[in-house]
Amino acid sequence: MLQQAFNGLVGGAFYALLALGLSVIFGMLGVVNFAHGAFYMLGAFTSYVLLDSYGVNFWAALVVVPVALGVVGIVLERLFIRRLTPLDPLYNFLFTFGLTLILQDLVKREYGVQSQPYPRPSALSGTLDLGLFTYPAYQVFVLGVSVLVCLLVWFVLVRTRVGMVVRAATERPELTRALGIDVGRWVTPVFGFGIALAGLAGVLAAPMRAVNPLMGADLIIVVFAVVVIGGLGSLFGSVAAGFTIGLVSALGNYYVPALSQTLVFILMAAVLLWRPAGLFGREEAL
Amino acid sequence: MLRIDGLSAWYGEAQVLRDVSLEVAKGEIVTLVGRNGAGKTTLLRNVMGLHEGRSSGVVEFLGDDVSGHAAHRRAKRGLGYVPDDRGIYATLSVEENLTLPPAVGPDPWSLDKVYETFPRLRERRRSPGTKLSGGEQQMLALARVLRMGARLLLCDEPTEGLSPLIVQQIGSILRDVKSQGVTVLLIEQNVHFAQTVADRHYLLAEGRIVETLENSEVRARENELLEYLGI
Repeated sequence: MLQQAFNGLVGGAFYALLALGLSVIFGMLGVVNFAHGAFYMLGAFTSYVLLDSYGVNFWAALVVVPVALGVVGIVLERLFIRRLTPLDPLYNFLFTFGLTLILQDLVKREYGVQSQPYPRPSALSGTLDLGLFTYPAYQVFVLGVSVLVCLLVWFVLVRTRVGMVVRAATERPELTRALGIDVGRWVTPVFGFGIALAGLAGVLAAPMRAVNPLMGADLIIVVFAVVVIGGLGSLFGSVAAGFTIGLVSALGNYYVPALSQTLVFILMAAVLLWRPAGLFGREEAL
Repeated sequence: MLRIDGLSAWYGEAQVLRDVSLEVAKGEIVTLVGRNGAGKTTLLRNVMGLHEGRSSGVVEFLGDDVSGHAAHRRAKRGLGYVPDDRGIYATLSVEENLTLPPAVGPDPWSLDKVYETFPRLRERRRSPGTKLSGGEQQMLALARVLRMGARLLLCDEPTEGLSPLIVQQIGSILRDVKSQGVTVLLIEQNVHFAQTVADRHYLLAEGRIVETLENSEVRARENELLEYLGI
């Protein structure tokens, strides 16, 4: 039971990282980034290619890949998303969805649909004795990194001027411009940061999950449910919901295996009936 | 200070402002009165650079044509916007609400000066902005643009829905900042309040300025105006 709960938290670590990026992007740009799962997949695949073809190890990939994908995100925002934002939201919906299909197919063309192996970094290949049970060290590491990143983002948001501007621009973009802040200047780095988080989740996933072109597509559906449950645009909500959903689905998987796939969505429906704006969302954010 | 010349604005196909021209001199308090839907808020949003539809005409602020400028550039030039819903951030504390806008203009208020003028805000400075009462939120919205050092305040109905006591307080704050050389363009449905703070009044109807009124005229015609405004 405790071990199941721990599995759930590790799964939740991925949900939290992805949901956080998705939420930051939605809050600041008003764009639902359907390509988020594809960037998670690219994160894992890039790590695989770097190791397989260039001998770049996991620790280097952990830094290089998120930064590189962040730069890709910045270029995408400048070239495309920025131009589509003033139009109907449908345009960015179609753009990011189309981008997902293109990225998936490009990877599929090169590497096929079978999963690629990615070894655990040797320093984390053992198990840790957590007192009540032993647990793979790598999984503990993933959970630690995710919690650390979420805390770091929280700190930046709450304690720094940059964070204050992001909070303000997320809540009331137009008013924030009228108060003398060039919101447009902040949009690009925030988008890049959200994509970098997806890339980081991808790198972390490579050694413990199947690295294949569809790994993001499978995960992102649940992440959307997580973001909706947490409250669209609420950063705290998406992180809290990420870990909660991880727990719930792991325990559900254990006790009611028949419902394992649907439990998250039943939960989402229940939350939406009870609180239409999500657990931590504000009504006016809709 | 502010000169608007031949301003027209549309929402889609519907024209909401028709050839509006007006002027506000430095240190004046000028109100815009008119029924709901007359175009008052659209006019203020146009001056601030927030109008999203089509518009034409010239908005000149401190001698520069700012018509094509984005809202944040106009704010940095010294326009202080107080929106009709007060625009207090729920995710920012009272103090963060105050310090969010960059200090602009030659005479931004220090936080100490803000807290001396609005002691209540000092007591509540760690609370989330929207936990304040309506009156306190209105004070916060005014204090925010004063801390910024705005030279022309654009206030969209600051007295709406507030108790007479708070309305009086807002009046005395406006007179006070006027004496320090700040200019105010104010949307106001409360004609009685308007003539206690303002120097002049523009009457808007169907997107046009139909009359310019001095205080004495507003006093003499208060009942007629109230009836016209449907209050």
